[in-house]
Amino acid sequence: MRKVFSRPEKARIFFKQIFHEIDSLGINSLGIIIIVSFFMGAVITLQTAYNITNPFIPLYLVGLGTRDSMILEFSSTIAGLILAGKVGSNIASEIGTMRVTEQIDALEVMGINSASYLISPKIIAAIFINPFLTLISIFVGVSGGYISGVLSGAVTSQNYIYGIQYAFEPYYITYTLIKTLFFAFIITSVSAYQGFYCSDGALEVGKSSTKAVVYSSLLILLFNVILTQLLLTHD
Amino acid sequence: MIEVKNISKQFEDGYKVLDNINIVFETGKTNLVIGQSGSGKTVLLKLIVGLYEVDEGSINFDGRNFSTMNFKERKLVRQEFGMLFQGGALFDSLTVIENVMFPLNLFSKLSLSEKLERANFCLKRVDLINKNHFYPSEISGGMKKRVAIARAIALNPKYLFCDEPNSGLDPVTSILIDNLIKEITEEYKITTIVNTHDMNSVMEIGDKVIYIYKGQKWWEGNKTQILNTDNKELNDFVFASELTKIIKSKIN
Repeated sequence: MRKVFSRPEKARIFFKQIFHEIDSLGINSLGIIIIVSFFMGAVITLQTAYNITNPFIPLYLVGLGTRDSMILEFSSTIAGLILAGKVGSNIASEIGTMRVTEQIDALEVMGINSASYLISPKIIAAIFINPFLTLISIFVGVSGGYISGVLSGAVTSQNYIYGIQYAFEPYYITYTLIKTLFFAFIITSVSAYQGFYCSDGALEVGKSSTKAVVYSSLLILLFNVILTQLLLTHD
Repeated sequence: MIEVKNISKQFEDGYKVLDNINIVFETGKTNLVIGQSGSGKTVLLKLIVGLYEVDEGSINFDGRNFSTMNFKERKLVRQEFGMLFQGGALFDSLTVIENVMFPLNLFSKLSLSEKLERANFCLKRVDLINKNHFYPSEISGGMKKRVAIARAIALNPKYLFCDEPNSGLDPVTSILIDNLIKEITEEYKITTIVNTHDMNSVMEIGDKVIYIYKGQKWWEGNKTQILNTDNKELNDFVFASELTKIIKSKIN
């Protein structure tokens, strides 16, 4: 890790790489995040609405449930798991291929700190862009819930909008963004490690890619529990 | 000049891949390291450029002990290196011209136009024109090697390392690459080390030839001496093919 975060060769090239990675890891993931979040929000709304059978439970709780589910869990953790699959495998296979085709050796022979050059822009870019993806996911998920709920007649527009404004806890946003930062670090660092220390051969690149997804997903689930315990059990 | 003094290397599984190697690679000459696959020549090259660490001994670049240097000190020496890898090791995401400009972008203080001029000069030097905006996946194996040579000479290196420069190339392109390496070595007075098991290369450019056998330096000489040696292991290696056997019988 010390090698990864050592001083970059040239600041201008380093920032150029960070912007490239923001585009590659973040902007390119926007499509899948929007699609998944929309349908997650839609399903949460429909399931909550159809499970409220007690007439004493107000239907605006459907909006509240969708909002809090998206903020607390789905937009950070589920999106994190999806990104572990998409971004994690991409990073591991990209760096792994560079390892087996001697591109990393070429960097080292030139006197470049290859770990810093290849990995740190990815970590910084993900830590920067993933919170925005999470916020977009929350917005799209809540919107998806509105569209599906209103179109299916499961909840009225007024009830849903009242619900998503009811008893809003701003700290939940902070909580989910903190989780997102941890998950972004886990996905990029674990995947980059797997790719960087990949053994020779195409088969090994595939294995490192699989390991990257599995290990980062498991760590996301573990840290989800730890962070929830640490961040939501305050007075 | 590169001096390899008493170096040994053992892998974690206990296999001693190189044992007490002493070689002097001379400036302005193409120094060829030959040997069978698995003899240790690639490990030797990786030890010289610092991709592996030596267990014993030292590697000196014009008197500078590279083995005891830290990363920062090595970085300065490495900027005098140019290396041609077996597969070219071009960066897939960069075009031909960007690959050649890569070391210039990182280590030179030239302006963009000067860097472009230098990169174009290097590409012209390896006879590669009108391919500037192609990606490595869009050019042939021989062209990739030539781009890799252009990248290797972009910073005017003092030392050029070539690992199996002819692997996967047809005989005509192999000769072209060999001659290019020799011309560049003589033109820029570079210390060049070429790892190969191609006997055509030995006969084309072998100013100095070192034969590595089972992790040891077995023989040292030049391309003329190699044909008349009575070293059994070297003869078995040099005259392994039917073609070389015919050549030897004609010489005799």
